[in-house]
Amino acid sequence: MPSLDDYLILSAILFAIGAAGVFVRRNVITILLSIEIMLNAVNLTFVSVGRSQGSFDGQIIVFFVMTVAAAEAAVGLAIVIGLFRHRESLDPESFTSLKW
Amino acid sequence: MTLLPAQIVLTLFVFVMLLSSAAGMVYAERKVAAFIQQRLGPYLVGPRGLLQPLADIVKLMFKEELRPAAADPLLFALAPILSATAAFAAFAVVPFGAQTTVFGLLDEPLRLQVADVPVAVLVVFAISSMSVYGIVLAGWSSNSKYSLLGGLRSSAQMISYELSYGLALASVLLVANSLSLTAIVDRQAGTWLGVLPRWFVFVQPVGFLVYLIAGVAETNRAPFDFPEAEQELVAGYHTEYSSMNFAMFFLAEYINMVTVSAVATDLFLGGWHGPLLPASLGWVWFLIKVAAILFVYIWMRWTLPRYRYDQLMRFGWKMLLPTAVLNLIVTAAGVLYFEL
Amino acid sequence: MLFYVFGAVAIGASLLVIAQRNPIYSVLLLIASFAALSGLYVLLDAEFVAAIQIIVYAGAIMVLFLFVVMLLNAPHEETAEDIRMHPLRHYGPMRFGALLALALLVELLWAVTRGQPGPDGFERASAGSVAGLGQVLFTEYAFAFEVTSVLILVAMVGAVVLARRDVKEKRTGPGS
Repeated sequence: MPSLDDYLILSAILFAIGAAGVFVRRNVITILLSIEIMLNAVNLTFVSVGRSQGSFDGQIIVFFVMTVAAAEAAVGLAIVIGLFRHRESLDPESFTSLKW
Repeated sequence: MTLLPAQIVLTLFVFVMLLSSAAGMVYAERKVAAFIQQRLGPYLVGPRGLLQPLADIVKLMFKEELRPAAADPLLFALAPILSATAAFAAFAVVPFGAQTTVFGLLDEPLRLQVADVPVAVLVVFAISSMSVYGIVLAGWSSNSKYSLLGGLRSSAQMISYELSYGLALASVLLVANSLSLTAIVDRQAGTWLGVLPRWFVFVQPVGFLVYLIAGVAETNRAPFDFPEAEQELVAGYHTEYSSMNFAMFFLAEYINMVTVSAVATDLFLGGWHGPLLPASLGWVWFLIKVAAILFVYIWMRWTLPRYRYDQLMRFGWKMLLPTAVLNLIVTAAGVLYFEL
Repeated sequence: MLFYVFGAVAIGASLLVIAQRNPIYSVLLLIASFAALSGLYVLLDAEFVAAIQIIVYAGAIMVLFLFVVMLLNAPHEETAEDIRMHPLRHYGPMRFGALLALALLVELLWAVTRGQPGPDGFERASAGSVAGLGQVLFTEYAFAFEVTSVLILVAMVGAVVLARRDVKEKRTGPGS
């Protein structure tokens, strides 16, 4: 029977994987996917801590996080579509015209 | 027999029954279509053409399996598997009979449902929303323009009608006060005034219509099968598939139809409750009701003209969705007022 | 035991997501990871969250990602010189990023295991069924619920506006 620590460790690992994806990848869609991994890791933390407290609060927060993640994915992908139309590339390195 | 082997036998039984129901649907579709069109349909293979599905399956097995050279091999192979898996899995939480001891063979009564989950309605919805992937991947991996367009259109149609599907489910949930399909069916036992059965279709007629229409659109059947019938016009998402891959897609389609009908029966038509039969034979009534809805499915296909794609999307978003939302609001008001 | 199976699938699929070059494979692997997470939620007695994880995340958000990847026909992260290089071989940023992620992981592991060892953590009874969840959601958190619905509306309008082509490009048609 896994303990709360096991769940927290698992979500820490998932969060780190997501963070690594954001740092390493050079494709904005994969970066958005890594952000989703991080959000899911956080959801897992919420649900497991909520379960250990014996209350619904964890699940309710997860409900809201999921909704916000859906909204953010929709708007983020719309922005990606707009960027792609402009530069024909999904590499974040190609959107650097504001850099000095 | 104790319960665990009985559960395993039940699971296998459901699997085999789904496969044979798909075969039966092939036959029924061709016969009913034939009679609607005033011809005979299959009558050569076996008595009254009853072995026709067998002939079809054998033919499909012997066809050559083609794979386009430019297709992505992993996704090409994965897509029909996804479709078929989602179709079978959705039936896992659908109850099709009351508790029975199989004529006294079992030690304790076995519920005729592979898995009695307290959130069964949500599970059905979740798994049917996974069936979009089979279609989208089939369209993409075939690496052909027409497949891709057909796949994208078909999946856009499916996710649009999923909203109305979910709202129709939600209105039943308001009336039934539970997410478990067995509990919902059990609430439909008995009759009003001794004559009208307490089925939810009488409480939720609009909901039933919305559910059926959304179900037909979800399973890509006529009159909403434009992305599929593009085959007659141009191409569809399963153009590049042949032999058993193609068979898997059509298996998935027929089993999705059966699942939609079974869930509609459980939610709206009282499941296995019916007069004149003891509770342990309730599955007979269940079969009759599911067969009736499947007949309506086939009837619709061969009677109604097909919607054009933009008409279909407009109908889904501008007419069906507001109807479903309005139904939900009115149901909520009714439940509060009448304390159902 | 199931925890380890689901956990291994989730971690393995997530690692493959960030290591894959083809974005479609990344999306599909992420769906697998979400399915594993859904299984973990069921183990935590949160069946409602498990179901809506599949419905919302794996069934809707990932379909959105898949559509965008297909419509943009996303190139496989190729530039002229690293067309043959696997993404995990871009040395400079990769090493720095991996180091950062490793540092983050070590910190997180230290933080979450600082609690007192011993008890399971799950002694209290589970909070109950979906009915109870709905009860709490619509009473204590009713305001957040309403605000979330406005948020979704805003996001929907925003996504439609952002992804629309410029009006001056439209030259034909008496309407859409």
